[in-house]
Amino acid sequence: MIDWSGYIGLILEGAWVTVQLTLMGSALAVVVAFAAGLGRVSRFMAVRALATTYIEFFRGTSIFVQLFWVYFVLPFAGITLTPLQAGVLALGLNVGAYGAEVVRGAVKAIGREQREACIALNLSRFQAMRHIILPQALPLMLPTFGNNAIELLKGTAVVSLISLTDMTFQAQVVRAQTGSTLIPFATILVLYFVMAWLISLGMRWLERRVTRGLDGVRA
Amino acid sequence: MSEPIIRIDSIVKRYGPLTVLDGLSMEVMPGEKLALIGPSGSGKTTILRILMTLETISDGFIQVDGDQLYHMKKAGSLVPADERHLHKMREKIGMVFQHFNLFPHKCVLDNVTLAPMLTKGVPRAAAEKRAMELLDMVGLADKAKSMPAQLSGGQKQRVAIARALALSPKIMLFDEVTSALDPELVEEVLSVMRRLAAETDMTMLLVTHEMGFAHDFADRVLFFDRGKIVEEGRPEDIFRHPKQERTQTFLRKIIAAGHRV
Repeated sequence: MIDWSGYIGLILEGAWVTVQLTLMGSALAVVVAFAAGLGRVSRFMAVRALATTYIEFFRGTSIFVQLFWVYFVLPFAGITLTPLQAGVLALGLNVGAYGAEVVRGAVKAIGREQREACIALNLSRFQAMRHIILPQALPLMLPTFGNNAIELLKGTAVVSLISLTDMTFQAQVVRAQTGSTLIPFATILVLYFVMAWLISLGMRWLERRVTRGLDGVRA
Repeated sequence: MSEPIIRIDSIVKRYGPLTVLDGLSMEVMPGEKLALIGPSGSGKTTILRILMTLETISDGFIQVDGDQLYHMKKAGSLVPADERHLHKMREKIGMVFQHFNLFPHKCVLDNVTLAPMLTKGVPRAAAEKRAMELLDMVGLADKAKSMPAQLSGGQKQRVAIARALALSPKIMLFDEVTSALDPELVEEVLSVMRRLAAETDMTMLLVTHEMGFAHDFADRVLFFDRGKIVEEGRPEDIFRHPKQERTQTFLRKIIAAGHRV
């Protein structure tokens, strides 16, 4: 008879790594998504080009390859990262590229009439973006941001490939040591599901908060 | 005799191959109330949008309150205006839109106080005091904390008027401000504008299809067709004794459509 408590503890340690990766990766993704998404609608050609290049590159190559580059190739350029740093960087940049298009789409969806009102009221471009466009665009971004965060959570499993002991890595360890596949993988199945569900709940709460007072404004 | 506050000098506006305004010139005196009428597509709204810098011009010059609108002096010669120059010029001009364009995520009071606080650095308390005076003037002081979505069209448009007035522009542009309203809500907006015309010496340019209102409100009426001023004069002359055939045809059609003159 196997004593499962130690093995489950191992998986929970991995779960903590997965949570850290998801939170930090998402934080980076949000920052990058706004920077690149707003860069895409900049009036400066160079900024637009830079943002577009980043987005197309990171959407167009696999997270797996990006992670290997960050972890195994960057050291040749003198940049050595811990596995956790490399994981956060690769996941954040990858998901941020998708998020950037969400930001751009939402900003574009706020119509010409609002922009013209800003000009007529003599707001600067920055003031218009900060006070008028973004507050209205944010509710449009949130549902897709929720999807992206869940994608990122599930994407964290690839970091096991650079020896980061996340939840999936630990499940494989447990499987190798006990010979049981069902219990470790059933455990992480439930854990992934619960984490994704918590993200959904959190996003729904955020959505309610930012759309307060906007009832009936948008279809 | 004072100088015109707006001097439009042979401006051209093209959209691709389409020429909307072709060498148009006109002047507006300070304090004048001007009504621009004419069939849709005649270029009257385009003039307001150009004055508000929502559109650029393809050629020509516009002088507003002594300064060039789309040009500035640099090393002795006129060059295209930069964002800073436009920012300075926009202080003189306010605009009310057909579809109100209120900020839906801000309450009525914040809609009115936002621009004075951001663009002129007015402290919140002073901005709110002034906003309440303006909302009182348009009869909506009790709606200060409402969201735009809770207001009727007429109320929204009155808030939009208060919002534009909060920046104390010298020139106000009204672009078909009652066209999007249900008929029974038109009068409440027009009565606010009548008061405004009577009580202030602001220069006002009005694009409208309300011929009766244009008649009472304006000192001068310009009839536009195909990007040109076909006829202009005092309201009683334009509406009662139009000289040009195109003006006559237009007014006949408008009356046939049920508008009062």
